[in-house]
Amino acid sequence: MSVVRILFFYFAFVILLSAFMGLRQRSPVKALLWILLLFVHIGGLYLLLNAEVLAFLQIIIYAGAILVLYLIMLLILDVREEERSMLYLKNWQSRIWAGLLVSFFFILGSLTFVNKHRGEHTLDKLKEVGPSKILGRLLFEDFTFPLIILAFLLLVPLLGIGLLFVKRRQDGSA
Amino acid sequence: MVLNSNDMVHLALLSFFKGLIVLGIMLFHAAYTVYAERKIIGRIQSRLGPREVGPYGLLQPLADLVKLLTKEDILPKEADRFLFKLAPLLLLVTTIVNLSVIPFYPDFIIADVHVGILVILAFAGLGVYGVILGGYASGSKYSLLGGLRSAAQMLSYEIPLTVSLAGVILAAESFRLGDIVEAQANSLFGMNLFPQVIGFLVFLICAFAETNRAPFDLPEAESELVAGYMTEYSGFRMGLFFLGEYISMYVMALLISLCYLGGWSLPPWMLSLLPILKEIPPVLILLVKVYFFIFLFIWVRATFPRYRFDQLMRLSWKVLIPLSFLNLLIVMFFKLLT
Repeated sequence: MSVVRILFFYFAFVILLSAFMGLRQRSPVKALLWILLLFVHIGGLYLLLNAEVLAFLQIIIYAGAILVLYLIMLLILDVREEERSMLYLKNWQSRIWAGLLVSFFFILGSLTFVNKHRGEHTLDKLKEVGPSKILGRLLFEDFTFPLIILAFLLLVPLLGIGLLFVKRRQDGSA
Repeated sequence: MVLNSNDMVHLALLSFFKGLIVLGIMLFHAAYTVYAERKIIGRIQSRLGPREVGPYGLLQPLADLVKLLTKEDILPKEADRFLFKLAPLLLLVTTIVNLSVIPFYPDFIIADVHVGILVILAFAGLGVYGVILGGYASGSKYSLLGGLRSAAQMLSYEIPLTVSLAGVILAAESFRLGDIVEAQANSLFGMNLFPQVIGFLVFLICAFAETNRAPFDLPEAESELVAGYMTEYSGFRMGLFFLGEYISMYVMALLISLCYLGGWSLPPWMLSLLPILKEIPPVLILLVKVYFFIFLFIWVRATFPRYRFDQLMRLSWKVLIPLSFLNLLIVMFFKLLT
């Protein structure tokens, strides 16, 4: 077994384990730490695929920004422990429906799996142009319009927060 | 991934020994930066600084180390034991990892990756967890508030830091620090400082804030805010936090020298003026630049009063972030012209 394969199994194992532990953990801060482990290992998986830029963007954005904000919110709200009552899945019927829903998406996802797929951007091309340049060209030349739409979508919550703040200020409560 | 196992063992051993060398040099530097800091601040405040241990007090760092190691390691009763022990290590490790992608010399780099700057930003982002967890795991209100305060500070200053680095990346068209230095050596002024003065200043201010140094040292403002996330830490573990701070000072000084002052290269106009400068070994040029910034860190600490928290936040969000975007626009404009 080559080193890459061993690394792949290590990353895959830790990703599955940390996702499971993150869901199981009662203390929200510890659950977030398991998710942090998950994000870093997903970055490692990207590294194995020769997608360095993606790997470190994954860590910068998900682990370094989004998860930290969640953690700060948790600590500000002082959520010590999750309540013991299960709100959603109280009876067995809803559990079965939830299980069916999850397996439906799982089957749907596995149908799209293509073995030995060869795309346009092969390893040779990556070495020739450089990984960051290929990503840049794809984003800003081939997929410019979806990118702009995505940027606007992400702008909306920001405007919403600003609007809320302005409104509260006018009401005189903040 | 075409390496065979023999090459891999070779590469791993080589990286290991390079890492040992870098770590040794860095730990020595960190210890003696503490000494230099006490001496320089002493002189600025008309004192003498340490002078009892060894000649000129030169063995003071050793004495400090022995003191820190022999102190009792106190675990607070309310603390989360595992996280309390993990937090200082997390901060230290994420700082030391940064050294692996920094070139100290054209050919001396532990891991020559394409995305060096992104690696540094990623691990700077992970370092925040050490601060927050240190505050949370102590089980004390002062620590928790201090940790949150520091996390807010580090997050706010990461944005202008990243955007000002984007200007550097755009100018060099590469994420590799080696390429960035080369691009500067071939440019008109020989360094990024001149077309990107705004970016340089923003980066410098953010470097002070990211390393939690004065005038942004709210995390350890022991006189007015208790000691922030470090309140409950003592002895060896507090030493780890301090070591992390001093190493991150060096990481920032190295980064700013490499990204804005041309690293180990001298500007061409300076070389044509004084051809004898070509004889200086490159590593010495880099060292002088780094030492200058370390001195600046110490000098600023002795000179400026501390910021208040709201001033700190205002500076980042209302001044530095717009300025860093302005810098990026200027660089884009120049890039379009040429």
